[in-house]
Amino acid sequence: MIQIQNLTKTYMTKRGAVTGVDNVTMDIKKGEIFGIVGYSGAGKSSLIRCINLLERPTSGNIIVDGKDLTSLKGGELRKARLKIGMIFQHFSLISQKTVYNNIAFALRAAGMNARDIDVRVSELLEMVGLAEKRNVYPAQLSGGQKQRVGIARALANNPDVLLCDEATSALDPNTTLSILHLLKDINRKLNITIVLITHEMNVVKEICDRMAIMQGGVVIEEGQVYDIFADPQQELTKEFISSVVSFNVPEQILSETEGLLVKLLFKGAMAGEGVVSDMLQKYQIKGNFLHGSIEYIQERPLGIFIMELKGEKATIAEALKYLESRATLVEVVGNGN
Amino acid sequence: MGIEVGRIIELWPEIQTAFFQTLVMIGISLSAALILGLPLGILLFVTDKGLFWENKAFNSVIGFIINIVRSIPYIILLVALIPLTLAITNTTIGPIAASVSLSVAAIPFFARLVETSLRETDKGVIEAAIAVGATPWMIIIDVLLPEAKASIIQGITLTIISLIAYSAMAGVVGGGGIGDLAIRFGYYRYDNTIMVVTVVILIILVQLIQQLGDYTAKAIDKR
Repeated sequence: MIQIQNLTKTYMTKRGAVTGVDNVTMDIKKGEIFGIVGYSGAGKSSLIRCINLLERPTSGNIIVDGKDLTSLKGGELRKARLKIGMIFQHFSLISQKTVYNNIAFALRAAGMNARDIDVRVSELLEMVGLAEKRNVYPAQLSGGQKQRVGIARALANNPDVLLCDEATSALDPNTTLSILHLLKDINRKLNITIVLITHEMNVVKEICDRMAIMQGGVVIEEGQVYDIFADPQQELTKEFISSVVSFNVPEQILSETEGLLVKLLFKGAMAGEGVVSDMLQKYQIKGNFLHGSIEYIQERPLGIFIMELKGEKATIAEALKYLESRATLVEVVGNGN
Repeated sequence: MGIEVGRIIELWPEIQTAFFQTLVMIGISLSAALILGLPLGILLFVTDKGLFWENKAFNSVIGFIINIVRSIPYIILLVALIPLTLAITNTTIGPIAASVSLSVAAIPFFARLVETSLRETDKGVIEAAIAVGATPWMIIIDVLLPEAKASIIQGITLTIISLIAYSAMAGVVGGGGIGDLAIRFGYYRYDNTIMVVTVVILIILVQLIQQLGDYTAKAIDKR
């Protein structure tokens, strides 16, 4: 649906050229929710703003639905933008216009007549759950409600793509969740492709199918969200994941352990604790759970355990082999004391 | 040299005429500022760096011309524009003639105020409008002007009050109006009564306009 090819964006500043996005190539499929994660300055904002050409790429191409946007100008580009909705961190609603007129604005941009606009705005307000706020001004709405108006405006012209620029970063956790659920809902019902950028890993964990991690304008890791959570490769990815899924065992407890420390990972519905108890029955070793959690990533369970294993070295080695045959990932993380 | 009520009554028709002349001068020059200064201010804003009609050459030239007109002291502008005034109005005296130089002063003044007001618009809102596929014209009419509306009203208030002050100077070349009355009777003839009456009228006028402006700006702002 969206092909980003060798995208580079450099900015001219007083101190010379600064590279925001550095030769990024990615392919976002139709109907998926794709998350781009990174700290501020990583280039994710520049990247998403290049997708609808709010910023013109220095080089590279953006192809949306088979059309190369980088070759378009003026009226053609405006027409292409009708099919790419966008929502913003600070909602960016026209403060002097009612909810109705904010949404109608997008429809007028598409040249729709007043009667059809009326029908369509009602539909959209119904969809985002703000039917009774029709004639209210943005200042009278809460943050979550403002973002719902933003979503209605972005979806007004039945776009194929919805870009979300830190859309939940200004919202409290509960409101964030309700907006994410709305986005997920829209994605399922309308089969709309969603690209979102965020620095909050729980946003990705909640709704994204695939994700990319950016650092210094470069994509350093990309893949299925579940796989990345299960087995992150890059240090930065691990850091981001640890913000939602903690693997850390307190120092004090670590210093008291004597055996081998292993991290076990169980994907999907596999009963992690069952595997462990089988192993303990089979081999003459003792096991202690130091940490254990089951995370649900897009409703798929991911079990993560950290265990201390005590016993004879050879037996432990055999036990580890057994675990490896049944668990997704077995990693020795420490030697104990 | 006190205030004489009899003198006020005696000169009342003259005060009325002067008041009417002031209104004519302000009405004409304000209309010129609105008709020409508003689009000029919008052009200044949208041709600036980063906006959708970015055009450095145009922006610099217009900005430079505006700065030149605004640097010239009004009294000098008034004299310098006598040939233009003559060409347009066929006369150099009276409120209509004075309106020419008042308009020339008011247009760039108001254009700058409009530009400043538009600058206060949240850049994100303009961006959202671009992202939605709106035309530049739609962005001006449906985003920029509504968002800057309250601030532009304050600009109009400021322009009217400045015009009242300028129109008093127009009296020097026979422009008429309240200010002219104050200069002719109060300044040249030491007629304190007329001086005080005209000043009081001007104070009331300015107060009323300021309050009306503040009230309107506040009433229409939905933020």
